Amino acid sequence: MTKSKTFKTLAVSSPQDLLFGFSPKPVNCGFDLTIGNGTVFPEVNFTLPVMNITQATWPEVLAHYEEMATNILKRAVAMKVPGIVLEFEQLPQMTETPEWGAEITALLERHLKQAYEKYGLKGAARITPADIRGPAGVKGVKPVMRHGELWEKLNRSFDLCIAAGGDLISIESIGAKEVHDEGLMYGDTRAIVFSLGVLACRDMTWLWDQIVAKCEKNGHSVAAGDTACGFANTSMVLAYQKMLPDVVAAVDRAMCGVRTLKAVESGARGPSKDCGYENPIVKAISGIPISQEGKSATCAHFSHVGNISASMCDLWSNESVQNIRLLSGNAPEAYTELLAYDCKLMNIANSHKQGHIFQSWMVESDQNVTAVGTILTPEAVYNIAKAIVAEDTDYHRTVAAGKAALAIIQKSVDSKKLVLGKKELTWLERLHKEFAALPKDENVLTEEITGTLGHLFDPECYGLPVHATAGSAR
Amino acid sequence: MTDLKQLNKAIVDGDAKKAAEVTKAALAEGAKPLDLIQNHMIPAMDEVGKLFEEEEYFVPELLLSGRAMRAAFELIKPLMVAQGVQPTGRVVIGTVQGDLHDIGKNLVAAMLEGAGFEVTDLGADVKPEAFVEAVKAKNANIVAFSAMLTVTMPKMATTIEALKAAGLRDRVKVMVGGAPISQAYCEEIGADAYSDSASAAAALARDIMVGTTVTAQYQEKGEKALAGIAATAKGTK
Repeated sequence: MTKSKTFKTLAVSSPQDLLFGFSPKPVNCGFDLTIGNGTVFPEVNFTLPVMNITQATWPEVLAHYEEMATNILKRAVAMKVPGIVLEFEQLPQMTETPEWGAEITALLERHLKQAYEKYGLKGAARITPADIRGPAGVKGVKPVMRHGELWEKLNRSFDLCIAAGGDLISIESIGAKEVHDEGLMYGDTRAIVFSLGVLACRDMTWLWDQIVAKCEKNGHSVAAGDTACGFANTSMVLAYQKMLPDVVAAVDRAMCGVRTLKAVESGARGPSKDCGYENPIVKAISGIPISQEGKSATCAHFSHVGNISASMCDLWSNESVQNIRLLSGNAPEAYTELLAYDCKLMNIANSHKQGHIFQSWMVESDQNVTAVGTILTPEAVYNIAKAIVAEDTDYHRTVAAGKAALAIIQKSVDSKKLVLGKKELTWLERLHKEFAALPKDENVLTEEITGTLGHLFDPECYGLPVHATAGSAR
Repeated sequence: MTDLKQLNKAIVDGDAKKAAEVTKAALAEGAKPLDLIQNHMIPAMDEVGKLFEEEEYFVPELLLSGRAMRAAFELIKPLMVAQGVQPTGRVVIGTVQGDLHDIGKNLVAAMLEGAGFEVTDLGADVKPEAFVEAVKAKNANIVAFSAMLTVTMPKMATTIEALKAAGLRDRVKVMVGGAPISQAYCEEIGADAYSDSASAAAALARDIMVGTTVTAQYQEKGEKALAGIAATAKGTK
């Protein structure tokens, strides 16, 4: 089993070291692809159109993936991209039947190999089994994370996908989402902090120690990284819908940096997953390359950070697009072209040593639109990362990240760069107070939340002692 | 004598403890349950719904107010039950098979509970047969499906077929929602109602209930107040 480490220093010496295309620890993977060594590559994520996934429709499913892989790589070759990553985010059925996920993994690897041998196209496939542990979100049922049939299927999915040649192994893990969701819905800062700083970090270490061990044993697959998609993306999207305060989403994002970093502390080498908008924090601390998504992921979801999210990326992704017909071809190949053009601009800027100028435009366009944008500038990311490594425990790091984000947002508000409405300012003030009131001792918060929200989670599934009385539903 | 304006304020402020305290004191002093509901709790939740609709409240404030209302209602409920009053309605809710997204579904469930519905939440990745069993076991008035992925949308139709096969379709109304769902898709698969937001879903459920036997029973009993609670998530009656 891999032994986890704790980063005590940053991998970069200043915010200027955080630039798209460059990471302190590039990753070699797949078919001669090196990520983070000065070139930004497109990462194309694609999925099925509206259809049932069953044994009977499986041939049709495979035909879609054949078509998508063929057309994406054809367009990539036509665009003369310097390299490409294909991302296969498994649908739950494909993880529940691990052989299905592995079959598509092998299919993608076959296409990448052919493109490499025929056209010299460098590439890799990122394989992302669905985190089917749980069951998730059933009222009155505590998710089972460390054992049971669902975990066994997920575990086997990793094994089979690695055996099928998966180049980059990822997951959007959901440990502690059951408490985080409740925290968001009720605006409960203490529950959010506990879910991320105590439960989620524990689950990440448990899960990623195993993924890393599997990849290292195999020797070919790279343990790539995770994302706080189920956490800070939930709060970000709800904030855009005016259902949650933007400042809560921003602080949540910063804290998620600690959680996502745990994969790297377990030995993941990057590139971290595209929808983890907290990834720049992970890059600043660990030096691994990261994938990001933004303006070219509007096919999947709305965001206010479509430009700034590109400012420190190493892979540039479209998040997810269905295999549906457009005028120029099918959507996945159309988005391949879109990403290729985005990457070309970034790479040309870097080739003329003008990457920082281009980056400054990306940053300026989004940084003062929302609080989330404000904490995603290279300088803000650097400061949050510094605050994280200054602390020793996951809990203290999570609190430190939240406080650092609050300070950055407050400074921006005070200087009138970030203009927040009255409601948001009320929440900002409230968050300052609530963070100041958090206990210094993690055990105090653990006991408190186990008492109030113990009906939602099983302490044993997070390696916590089972001694506190489980709380009743409030 | 207890100042019942405090009950209104406690609910609007989302202060469950205060709401329960005031209700307990008022009941001890002989306040009538229906008076508390009609003249204090419902107006308070109306105000909360209005604040949410006008984007003055976020979801946390809305749900905390719902929690405060429930804290007060829990004290009143035994008295109402003694008079033979039923819940506003029974809803079975879940994200359809193959889909793990649940935050939207959770919000809808919370809104429905705040509106006085008895909610059975089956969670995410729910098989059609599980919906069928729950509808049967809970004698549900409404079953609500959520889907976030285009590839899981067809499971809504599959589940409706399963309800038909079990002979339950005529007994239960089907509500659908989720990012890729539309009114057109709702009609295409033969569902009864579509909502594009969690807050609207609760009001929609209330509207559905207007035509059901349960609501008719309320009306016969002259207990319109409880049915009115369902309107509060939308802020309208």
